[in-house]
Amino acid sequence: MDKVTLTINGLKITVDKGMTVLEAALRNGIYIPHLCYHPDLKPVGVCRLCMVEIEGQGLTISCQAPVEQGLMVKTENPEIDKVRRVAVELLIVNYHADCLTCAQNNQNELQRIAAHIGITKERLERLRPPTKTVSVDTSNPFFDRDPNQCVLCGICVRTCEEIQGVSSIDFAFRGYNTTISTFGNKPIAESRCESCGECVVRCPVGALTPKKFQQPSREVKTICPYCGCGCGIYLGVRGNNIVSVRGDVDNPVNKGNLCVKGRFGYDFINHPERLSAPLIKRNGEFVEANWEEALELVTRKLSNYKGDGFATIASAKCTNEENYLIQKFTRAVVGTNNIDHCARLCHAPTVAGLAQSFGSGAMTNSINEVSDAACILAIGTNTTVAHPIIGLQIKKAVQNGAKLIVANPRKIDLCRFTNIFLQHRPGTDVALLMGMMRVIVDEGLLDETFIEKRCENFEDFKDLLSSFNLDFAEQITGVSREKIIKAARLYATCKPATILYAMGITQHTHGTDNVLATSNLALLTGNIGKPSTGVNPLRGQNNVQGACDMGALPNVYPGYQKVNDPMIKSKFENAWGCRLNDSPGLTHIEIFDAIHQGKIKALYLVGENPILSEANAKHVEEAINRLEFLVVQDIFLSETARLADVILPAVTFAEKDGTFTNTERRVQLIRKTIEPIGEAKPDWWITCQIAKRLGGKGFDFLHPKDIMEEIASLTPSYKGISYERLENGGLQWPCVTGEHPGTPILHTQAFATKSGKGKFIPLGYKPSAEVPDDKYPLILTTERSLYQFHTATMTRRVEGLNILRSHEMVEINSKDAAALGIGDGERVRVISRRGVVEAFAKVTDVSPLGVVSMSFHFSESPTNVLTNSALDPVAKIPETKVCAVRIEKLEGEEDRSADYTQR
Amino acid sequence: MKKIKTPSELEKLRKSIVAGYDFSRSCITICKGTGCSASGATTVVDAFREEIKKQKLESKIDIRTTGCHGFCERGPLVVIYPEGIFYQRVSTEDVAEIVSQTAMRGRIIERLLYVDPVTGKKVVHEKGVPFYNKQLRLIFGNNGRIDPTEIRDYIGLGGYSSLNKTLFEMKPQEVIEAIKQAGLRGRGGGGFPTGRKWESCRKAEGDIKYVICNADEGDPGAFQDRSLLEGNPHSVVEGLIIGGYAVGAKEGYIYVRNEYPLAVKHVGIAIKQAEEYGLLGEDILGTGFSFSIKITRGGGAFVCGESSALMASIEGRLGEPRFKHVHATEKGLWDRPTTLNNVKTWATVPLIIDKGADWYAKIGTEKSKGTMIFSLVGKINNTGLVEVPMGLPLRELIYGIGGGIPGEKRFKAVQTGGPSGGCIPEKLLDLPVDYERLTEAGSMMGSGGLIVMDEDTCMVNVAKYFLSFTIDESCGKCTPCREGIKHMLEILTDISEGKAEKKDLEILEELGNMVKETSLCALGGSAPNPVLSTLRYFRDEYEAHIKDKKCPAGVCLELIQYSIDEAKCTGCGVCKKECPQGAISGQKKEPHKIDKKICIKCGICLEVCKFDAIVVE
Repeated sequence: MDKVTLTINGLKITVDKGMTVLEAALRNGIYIPHLCYHPDLKPVGVCRLCMVEIEGQGLTISCQAPVEQGLMVKTENPEIDKVRRVAVELLIVNYHADCLTCAQNNQNELQRIAAHIGITKERLERLRPPTKTVSVDTSNPFFDRDPNQCVLCGICVRTCEEIQGVSSIDFAFRGYNTTISTFGNKPIAESRCESCGECVVRCPVGALTPKKFQQPSREVKTICPYCGCGCGIYLGVRGNNIVSVRGDVDNPVNKGNLCVKGRFGYDFINHPERLSAPLIKRNGEFVEANWEEALELVTRKLSNYKGDGFATIASAKCTNEENYLIQKFTRAVVGTNNIDHCARLCHAPTVAGLAQSFGSGAMTNSINEVSDAACILAIGTNTTVAHPIIGLQIKKAVQNGAKLIVANPRKIDLCRFTNIFLQHRPGTDVALLMGMMRVIVDEGLLDETFIEKRCENFEDFKDLLSSFNLDFAEQITGVSREKIIKAARLYATCKPATILYAMGITQHTHGTDNVLATSNLALLTGNIGKPSTGVNPLRGQNNVQGACDMGALPNVYPGYQKVNDPMIKSKFENAWGCRLNDSPGLTHIEIFDAIHQGKIKALYLVGENPILSEANAKHVEEAINRLEFLVVQDIFLSETARLADVILPAVTFAEKDGTFTNTERRVQLIRKTIEPIGEAKPDWWITCQIAKRLGGKGFDFLHPKDIMEEIASLTPSYKGISYERLENGGLQWPCVTGEHPGTPILHTQAFATKSGKGKFIPLGYKPSAEVPDDKYPLILTTERSLYQFHTATMTRRVEGLNILRSHEMVEINSKDAAALGIGDGERVRVISRRGVVEAFAKVTDVSPLGVVSMSFHFSESPTNVLTNSALDPVAKIPETKVCAVRIEKLEGEEDRSADYTQR
Repeated sequence: MKKIKTPSELEKLRKSIVAGYDFSRSCITICKGTGCSASGATTVVDAFREEIKKQKLESKIDIRTTGCHGFCERGPLVVIYPEGIFYQRVSTEDVAEIVSQTAMRGRIIERLLYVDPVTGKKVVHEKGVPFYNKQLRLIFGNNGRIDPTEIRDYIGLGGYSSLNKTLFEMKPQEVIEAIKQAGLRGRGGGGFPTGRKWESCRKAEGDIKYVICNADEGDPGAFQDRSLLEGNPHSVVEGLIIGGYAVGAKEGYIYVRNEYPLAVKHVGIAIKQAEEYGLLGEDILGTGFSFSIKITRGGGAFVCGESSALMASIEGRLGEPRFKHVHATEKGLWDRPTTLNNVKTWATVPLIIDKGADWYAKIGTEKSKGTMIFSLVGKINNTGLVEVPMGLPLRELIYGIGGGIPGEKRFKAVQTGGPSGGCIPEKLLDLPVDYERLTEAGSMMGSGGLIVMDEDTCMVNVAKYFLSFTIDESCGKCTPCREGIKHMLEILTDISEGKAEKKDLEILEELGNMVKETSLCALGGSAPNPVLSTLRYFRDEYEAHIKDKKCPAGVCLELIQYSIDEAKCTGCGVCKKECPQGAISGQKKEPHKIDKKICIKCGICLEVCKFDAIVVE
């Protein structure tokens, strides 16, 4: 970066070229009053307070004056003071100040400016205060908007536009009547606002203030517990309560940004319904017990089920250390590989598919590379809803000029930014991607050098592709050939191009094929192993990547080391001092099938709620009822926990130390912020207790960092990771030595396959397991709400989130709705071959004709009662994205069409 | 029409047009500018056409409808050529007589002649009218001679020969040199040297550049740009093409207010005709130079006359100013180098090319060259548009051309430069009008508005009026303009209602200076001028409002009272009958009284009293 030297108030300062005078001054500790400037936003120069005198230019505003070599700047002179003083006095007189009762007290820029300038009461009293006050908009559950304290700096407007890409607010009216307004000047809760609160944290005055806010007495740096983005946060504490949250600007993932859940979704931690003591079911009722009683019961019972009659479901919400211990316990103490977790339901095809083609099943590139891509293919990901912070990266990329291709059966929010929207039928991803690849091959847009040097099996792939034609692709996907051609050209020619996908790709009976189609596409164009390229599965849970890495899977030890590999087996036998079982265990759905069949009789279920999250949920519930013994370890009495024999109260992420591995393979520290609630204990402690009581050795850990040492010693990709290093920021695996900097981009030189080459896999189109027919004429696909998470055990305990989204909504196309006589907000019944669910209809053209969608957040409307548990033969993931249903209107029931805050 | 491909073809066409003129025939020209149209010119034109048809004189008399002549106060205006006989305030009833008497027989109709208010003499010919003969009508003069919808009229008068000269004889840099040498400065009011602007645009990097004609004339009372576009659109089009050639632009925009339908229409016709004649579009005059012009119609926001807001508006964004450290000549419309000039500036360009930079530089003052068109309005006899050389003293403008103040009232001030200009007092009447002098006097050239005020005008009220305008038009984006003007108006309102204190004048000045110095765009930068200039020249009047709670001009309602002078009142009862509030009482033939509690100071009694008995103080 070129440097320039300028003089500010006689001080010589050297800064990067391209900076503004204001930035140069602020970075060098020279304060210039400003209201509308914010480092994250483009300068607009409207508050006019950052006046400086530049030699040769006279008075000018510094936020838009670029630094130049030799510039002579004065930030103060009598003339500046004179004009600025009056302007600030006017702002203050118009400002309905109630500083001492304001959440912004002590952080208000206007206060700071007033103090800097030295505002006097005498001068203020000369001016005329406003006679009108405007009502405060309190409609949003998390923050208030007080126009009386607004200085119209526009930071909120620009934040919403430039950072969030939502534009829910803008300037309205003109001149003195200017106000910040939503569309139609409605309350903010009825606007398209996503409640991310980014505007609230940037508001320099008291116009936007959080509703529940207390200054914390201390803050602890940790990681958000919701999705796989892994955003850095600071939790603010008073006593033993979490009272504030703010984004960590130094975290490379989110750079301070947070979504609505990440910023406001923490009421669950101190929630009164938290499990605070072990519970033992006696005569059908849960009775509080002490730990000794509970652990004694658990060990006594479990001692009867050593071997394959036992299974463990681990938790993607728990830390790496805990998942490591859970699998160690299962394998070393119980002697079975029957361990799996919810990754089976989301990204098992990713692990299986990408391992085939690249040798490693994770995001090939990093989140912050997305914004520099020239082309983004976002397929089967509703990124702004499910991974909001990665969604911001996509929007930023588009602002930077990237071409965006969205492929999704539903017209998701990202479609506002697309160059091409490929609205393919659910389950036709292979046909769509094969069509694109056919165009790329036919038009010679492939990267032949890359294929030749770094790939294998291309000829087989090409042979199969030549039998595949665009007519077929058009017919199967419902996307016009013109669009397929256009998308193919765009992806192949705008480099670097990156592929982002999520469960729209994986949750199919051909999920692995879908994943392979994306990897084929990336290999074909050489879009892998370089910055801002790659195949990037966006993983759902905060630590689903880590749970996989830690071997909470039936076929692998930590680091994807195969259980049936004798070398590996003996390595772990030596390390753990025991004999290990070398036959791979059962997967998630298989475990429940085996329970049904009576083969598995006891289950250790950690932090999961399969009754809501598992396809064909009724079947799961029936299975659980057949268990002889069920131990559930959770933070709340979930729907599944109610069926347990013993419930062990665990702690949340805020009450323990540990590490999470986010979707981009970044291992980050979470830090104990408060003491455990009641008698709750960290999962790692509980697992150790059970293991030890069952005779397990090597469970005498005093702190998770010791567990990480053991992990590093046995897991090559985590070898260089230690708490000491993580203190300075996260590390992306593979991190193979204590000095290794981590790996932001995989496969730069060679692939992780045996041959070191990227492997093309020939594919054919397979239809979904269940397609619509006369009896069940609609396709049901599943989605997520931005305001709820997974089975909502946490988010439904956050009051505000439930104001924004309180119930299940079946999204249905307006034509389908009209044909069925269903109005928006009316109560309907959704029926599949497996079950019936009631919910409210949301008539929207987001859903294409013939497709309805539901989330699975609400236990009152358990969507997975409907979904199909048919499995992908390779990855064993159930097909939750496609099943056939019919919908009936329920007459005379409650109608929620007037509830405008629901979204 | 076959496109003109060479200079000689253009010259041939011009000659054939001129040869087609039969100077022996009578030609009745009727002004169809907006002012005259509003006074009924359209029906007068129809009446002429019908009359000539009726009298079967089509072969003997031509009719030509023209653009604005400027003397709007006297419209509808009719001039009969070849003699140049000047009739004013012509109505349909006069038409038959004009045709049969004046056009056919050369007889003068006395009642339609203009009477010089100073000498009391009737004036027969247009050139004898003092309003005209004291002007120097370089860019405005052809308005009265051509039909704006007819390109042949413009070509006949030598139109597009400057373009011809530019394309065939001059390099772009030479054009810029000529404009620089002529000393032309921006006529939108800023007065930035046009040649320098063009030069920096030419030098700016970029393949795509733009030229823009700013015809978003928003000042109340100003209609110079409108009259030019309506009356002589080709002069603007020709100027834009020359400018495009000089700076290296291939596209031009004319941003014109949608409230000017006739201007939009005439410019549209002019562009179409110029394209048909090969003077605009691809390969102009066979030179390979291509240039096109698009019209963008404004939505009516005053601030869109500000260049950055205007460009935002063309781009389809919200028409609000944006501060840019880089000039529009480097990064303007769609971030490309852009030259934006006012209608009058563009219309002057062909003239300079035609007659030479030296010729032009001789007109005007040292720093302000050429002529300026002013709209002369307010308390003045000859309302209208006048074009005069820069440097003409205000007195000459107001008394010489404007014919002085009506009703023997005393001159008090003239407000120049539109709503953001300042008020210049009587003692500065000999001020030569140019950019520098007006700025020094606390006012500005602006778009060339001149609002004359007489002794009945309250300067506090004037300041209040103009601030109310700028408040309405402020976009509200920057703090000083949004908050400052509002507060100033509040103080002014208090002053006019007798609620202010002496210190408020200081605050007014502080606020005014702050708004002026720190606003984002020129709207805020100039909005305080009416206040600051009246404070400077009429401070005693402000003080009278504050200290004595009196409005010397008798305008501010809160500070005046109506009463009846008993000595003068005859008890006729007219005021009592007309008072809408029933505030006046009294017996017939006895002095009446006004009940001050009921009186709303509407002034009706003052108007109806024949005995001068109503006293306002």
